[in-house]
Amino acid sequence: MAVALILLLVAIGSVLFHLYSPWWWTPIATDWSYIDHTINITFWITGFVFTAVIAFMAYCVFRFHHKEGRRADYNPENKRLEWWLSVGTGIGVAAMLAPGLVVWHQFVTVPADATEIEVMGQQWQWSFRLPGKDSRLGTSDVRNISPENPMGLNRDDPHGQDDVVIENGDLHLPIGKPVKVLLRSVDVLHDFYVPEFRAKMDMVPGMVTYFWIKPIRTGTFDVLCAELCGAAHYQMRAKVIVEEESDYHAWLGQQKTFAELSGRNAVVRATYQSGGK
Amino acid sequence: MVDVPYDGIAGTAIPPAEVPDVELYHPKSWLTRYVFSQDAKIIAIQYSLTASAIGLVALVLSWLMRLQLGFPGTFSFIDANQYLQFITMHGMIMVIYLLTALFLGGFGNYLIPLMVGARDMVFPYVNMLSYWVYLLAVLVLASTFFVPGGPTGAGWTLYPPQAILSGTPGQDWGIVLMLASLILFIIGFTMGGLNYVVTVLQARTRGMTLMRLPLTVWGIFTATVMALLAFPALFVGSVMLLLDRLLGTSFFMPALIEMGQLSKYGGGSPLLFQHLFWFFGHPEVYIVALPAFGIVSDLISTHARKNIFGYRMMVWAIVAIGALSFVVWAHHMYVSGMYPYFGYFFATTTLIIAIPTAIKVYNWVLTLWRGDIHLTVPMLFALGFIITFVNGGLTGLFLGNVVVDVPLSDTMFVVAHFHMVMGVAPIMVVLGAIYHWYPKVTGRMLNAGLGKFHFWVTFLGAYLIFFPMHYLGLLGVPRRYFELGDAAFIPPSAHSLNAFITVVALTVGFAQMTFLFNLVWSLFEGEPSGGNPWRATSLEWQTPETPPGHGNWGKELPIVYRWAYDYSVPGAAQDFIPQNQPPTNTGAVQGAAS
Repeated sequence: MAVALILLLVAIGSVLFHLYSPWWWTPIATDWSYIDHTINITFWITGFVFTAVIAFMAYCVFRFHHKEGRRADYNPENKRLEWWLSVGTGIGVAAMLAPGLVVWHQFVTVPADATEIEVMGQQWQWSFRLPGKDSRLGTSDVRNISPENPMGLNRDDPHGQDDVVIENGDLHLPIGKPVKVLLRSVDVLHDFYVPEFRAKMDMVPGMVTYFWIKPIRTGTFDVLCAELCGAAHYQMRAKVIVEEESDYHAWLGQQKTFAELSGRNAVVRATYQSGGK
Repeated sequence: MVDVPYDGIAGTAIPPAEVPDVELYHPKSWLTRYVFSQDAKIIAIQYSLTASAIGLVALVLSWLMRLQLGFPGTFSFIDANQYLQFITMHGMIMVIYLLTALFLGGFGNYLIPLMVGARDMVFPYVNMLSYWVYLLAVLVLASTFFVPGGPTGAGWTLYPPQAILSGTPGQDWGIVLMLASLILFIIGFTMGGLNYVVTVLQARTRGMTLMRLPLTVWGIFTATVMALLAFPALFVGSVMLLLDRLLGTSFFMPALIEMGQLSKYGGGSPLLFQHLFWFFGHPEVYIVALPAFGIVSDLISTHARKNIFGYRMMVWAIVAIGALSFVVWAHHMYVSGMYPYFGYFFATTTLIIAIPTAIKVYNWVLTLWRGDIHLTVPMLFALGFIITFVNGGLTGLFLGNVVVDVPLSDTMFVVAHFHMVMGVAPIMVVLGAIYHWYPKVTGRMLNAGLGKFHFWVTFLGAYLIFFPMHYLGLLGVPRRYFELGDAAFIPPSAHSLNAFITVVALTVGFAQMTFLFNLVWSLFEGEPSGGNPWRATSLEWQTPETPPGHGNWGKELPIVYRWAYDYSVPGAAQDFIPQNQPPTNTGAVQGAAS
């Protein structure tokens, strides 16, 4: 029976594709392997249901397709069967939802020792800000943005003076340290997306969003924008480099603070205005 | 087993109430008969043809975007702006102007009066206006292809701020006309929708209790009630966004930088728009799905010659899904930056909705069990629907489970999921339904050989397009990307898969031409069908004329004595008993009706 066979082959082919396809998630670089485990649980349960339903359907087509003289059963309902199927489905759903909610709880519970850093999106580039010696980020506002102050930091906030500002460069993170990534946009929606991190979140103008991660593997990772942000959405790229703590501090030492940048910009501006004299 | 007419809830087979016949509007000229017609059947055909025409535009747009994705850099006539315009228009047309209009305006108009035993919709004049406003909405939408700057490229979700800022294509005219068109669509739909609801509630013929309605009517009815409650959210969202764009209000616009300058906006909330959009947008998924659920139930039952299994459960599942779908909307916003603790609530409601949905799937396949399955073209499409819907429904359990959604959101996994579940699956039903009811509309059968070819290419092709696409998303490939560019995590094989998907998509697209040919050819050359070629029970197959005449029923309205699923009743002479056949004539149930 060709139709039944093809239906069955669709189910078997899907399972084989899942097992042997070369396309699978990227090697994880944070300790969000809980998310991967939850996806795996979901694959097992849904894969079982998919195969069972399609196989049953293919069997019905094979066994009960029309032949001369066949007559269907008359069978309006079967409360007991419907009840058991509902309960079984409920159990399957709970088996996916419960671990999902537990992991979500971890996702929204930021550890107290996480370092706050900031990622700012604008059409179509990324900027980063790391706290200085005081371990605190200064306040910012979109209204402060100017060529000398691309991230709109508050000049009067003492916490902001030692913030390390990286405009259009790459972000470095130390391995093994939890990081709370504060997300900000100055124009439209963006989304700070590093596939290897698993975590991601939209950046919304007018508010600060966040997620937290703990990098567990060194390497260089692509940053993409995952929320449509206009014509050059696909070109909004940067890199994140996860490295050993010593390398990280060496890199950090070479970066400019907000105060240094403001000073430098002031000099540049003064030079320009005076015609280079 | 059961030897009386099975009757849902009510115990009696005797029609309880008299429904007064109505005074019909009688057209006096060709123009009022076929163009400005108040006959729901003509309006249905007008809706269907208009929706299909704009749907073909969306199909062509999908080819263009697939060409770009499969072979980036090859086609100089597609640039990044156009790509965004293509995906935006494709999505909006497919979801709203094709599927919503076709299921409710097309199938709803044709089938509701016939299936409930009414002569027409209760407000025929308003029903006519509904179509003409819809046509205007479609024309306004189509006009955006020809205005300066072209159509909007904001994505079909039209998220502000970018939808109305200058970094997005179509910021001048495109977005304004898009919002105007949506507002018109909602006005038109509301006029039609009130008709469908009131007709089902007030104009059922004598004996047609709610629990004797075919599931098609239940699906369309519930979807219409939902649409009447959900579309207003999109309406106010569109009006407010239009005000932000045209008058400089700031409902959705915080202080922000536009083109390097501080803009005039301030104080608004982009998330507010997302809540309004998805308060409409999620019920919208079921506004498309529920009519498909209802129709496919009737296709399976008729072509398997067996009553739908668990009719009452099926009705309650439709109603439960409809109600639950209003409290799941924010599962589209898990990574939007909304209050993170919403995640617990929306993940729970979203996964609960899987239970009534699963019951529907079980009951479809249990209807096949011990059936007498005729593998007609409508039945093949119904089987194709079950596979694609089960597949797409199950991947919904990934995206609904908040933490699983985090890595997958905004990737090709989402694109694959929603195409499978609300693109391919409902279109399987649309196509099956057209093969099923075409004989009633035209009096001729569609060619079955061409139909089978059309089914296999469409079903297998669509599955080959969207099933592997999930794995691109799992890999991390983002959606709405004009080019993937350099990214270390995307291997060359992913580009090959994209090229493969494009080739299959073009093949499936062109295979639809055989269907169009079949539709036209069979109109003239198809085998005459008679009034009830599938030997079906529901009322639309019992009309005195085929195609049904003005007023549907000749002199006397039909009287209904049983539910719509008396197939293969033990002891009955034939394997179906029409709904309007009195119990005394069935032989088997003689004297047992009391």
